Amino acid sequence: MSDVFDQFQGTASYIASEDLRHAVNVAVALARPLLVRGEPGTGKTLLAENLASSLGLPLIRWHVKSTTKARDGLYVYDTVARLHDSRFGDAANVRDIAKYIKLGPLGEALASPTRVVLLIDEIDKADLEFPNDLLHELDTMKFRVEETGKEIAATERPVVVITSNNEKELPDAFLRRCVFHYIQFPTRELMAEIVRVHHPDITDRVLDNALEVFFGLRATAKLRKKPSTSELIDWIMALKKAGVDLARVSGGIPFLGTLLKTEQDVELVGKRAKA
Amino acid sequence: MLIDFLFELRAKKVPVSTHEWMALMEGLALGLHESSLDGFYRLCRTICVKDIALYDAYDEAFLAYFKDVHVASLQLTQDLLDWLSDPKALEGLTAEQRAAMQGLDLEKLRALFEQRLKEQKERHDGGNRWIGTGGTSPFGTGGKNSNGMRVGGGGGRSAMAVADERRFKEYRRDVVLDVRQIDVALRGLRKLGREGAIEELDLDETIDKTCKNAGEIDIVFRPPRRNRVKVVLLMDVGGSMDPHSELVSKLFTAASRAGRFAKFRSYYFHNCVYNTIYEDAEFRKPVQVADLLANSDRDEKLVLVGDALMHPAELLDPGGSMYLYAQNRASGHEWLRRLAAHFRSSVWLNPEPDRFWTGTTIEVIASVFGMWPLTLDGLAHAVRYLVRGGERPKVGHPEKWAKGMGLG
Repeated sequence: MSDVFDQFQGTASYIASEDLRHAVNVAVALARPLLVRGEPGTGKTLLAENLASSLGLPLIRWHVKSTTKARDGLYVYDTVARLHDSRFGDAANVRDIAKYIKLGPLGEALASPTRVVLLIDEIDKADLEFPNDLLHELDTMKFRVEETGKEIAATERPVVVITSNNEKELPDAFLRRCVFHYIQFPTRELMAEIVRVHHPDITDRVLDNALEVFFGLRATAKLRKKPSTSELIDWIMALKKAGVDLARVSGGIPFLGTLLKTEQDVELVGKRAKA
Repeated sequence: MLIDFLFELRAKKVPVSTHEWMALMEGLALGLHESSLDGFYRLCRTICVKDIALYDAYDEAFLAYFKDVHVASLQLTQDLLDWLSDPKALEGLTAEQRAAMQGLDLEKLRALFEQRLKEQKERHDGGNRWIGTGGTSPFGTGGKNSNGMRVGGGGGRSAMAVADERRFKEYRRDVVLDVRQIDVALRGLRKLGREGAIEELDLDETIDKTCKNAGEIDIVFRPPRRNRVKVVLLMDVGGSMDPHSELVSKLFTAASRAGRFAKFRSYYFHNCVYNTIYEDAEFRKPVQVADLLANSDRDEKLVLVGDALMHPAELLDPGGSMYLYAQNRASGHEWLRRLAAHFRSSVWLNPEPDRFWTGTTIEVIASVFGMWPLTLDGLAHAVRYLVRGGERPKVGHPEKWAKGMGLG
């Protein structure tokens, strides 16, 4: 087995399933972007953070919004500052366009002299064409700043992690270039392990009760939004802080608001509990 | 040797490109599959399959290629599956029948199944031995056998194992129009204009002003270009629209996406529009059509979705609504005409294939609204019509109905 493989094993605070570890290592070994999809709250974003810390590399984040343009990730030419400087600042600066070129997250990752982990978070939030506009840069790992004619090329290909919430279909040409992993919702065993990482002092009995309630809720039909891992962890935190013992509580779930986020769901679960 | 697997995948409609296949080869050369079949299964899936909806097809291809158990010995022909997907109902079960089918473990069941499959020559319904529907044999669909194996069909909870069960089946979707395609088609529906907060630098204007200002810098901002189209979507739900509900919900998903239109409102109706429409598909929040007309700008685009199929009386007679509690004074046709008269541009999208349009109430409604089928092509035409106007397609002979419309 080559030494590039099996670098990522999860970290002390992040439990990755075997499939996920494998997918990450394949992406690293093949130097291709890793596209991670899955239900919200299954730890897609955390994966990049923990991958960076486990590989010992700096992490650059790019949070994509609906208005984000692919070009913004490479660089932004600050025309207003230049105009301002030409009026009030020193003329020497103004002649040098490069001073007004600000690298975006992708640009920074490519310009970095060392290897970095780049997280492109929630790529599906942006316009339909956004991923297509990135194809060339992600393929060749270089780009040209039009204003100065300077070419920036990565000395070490960054490890790229891309997350998507499945809000939009991604274009095929983009998908072809990625390594794909779908994070499935953790099984009960894996979930127990995950909770233990966050709440090391939890007792078996409390954990069991909490998971019972949690998976019971998830199995409730017609919920608009099923509670996710991060919500379970918050909920257990709330229970601990308040010193509530689940086994002794009767009639309704305490702190339901940390698990369910719409009135309709709360109402629905309330009705079921009474019935 | 593996190249056959590539074609197996492609035959199962997993779109693997050469690009990805080369990456897989690279991965294999690096030893990423850990020299095991399990490793290969994962490696190939991460590299070649980019959609959870295709995982199931991938599993199928993988089983077919590496195990030869399933497909080679259990060739479920399309005929067999077609027949099984149309089960005969079976109610009740006698005690002895129940006892007779106790105790078959999975291994035995499988062996027996393969044997039966080899022997069986024809369709069976309601028997106790062969693979069929509505029977007590352990194999088939829609039957009653507490330990049986379900083959094809749907529903039914008693089957112990479902033939060819695979983990990712629920994610599968084989559909004609997907949301992205609709999205792309709807993109034509726009009229860009500068509105809203001023946040974009207008370089040309800045230079102009600065020049006029004798070199004093004068920076001009302008609002970014946004789509100004406003849309009202009316959807027919329930009844004869049920088979089309998935398609309609896709259209809704694509249309309601944040930021697509300057203003987007959607309402539901059943069968035909009368004096009341609803904000929700469960018909709990009524809205008067008269109020909708009062609150909408005439420039808004009206899009109706429905099969436009109903009894002529439901469309043409006052009081024709099929619901007694929703008695209407004006006929459905009259309400539709009021809508068409208010909005400068409106279309009707019909999920019913257009070859079935003539000779039905569709003819009448297509004479009120420009009607196109709810297909990619139809959608593109409808969008063009909404933006630029033009000819409406004529359907059948609406003049035949003139008497009923109160025009004759």
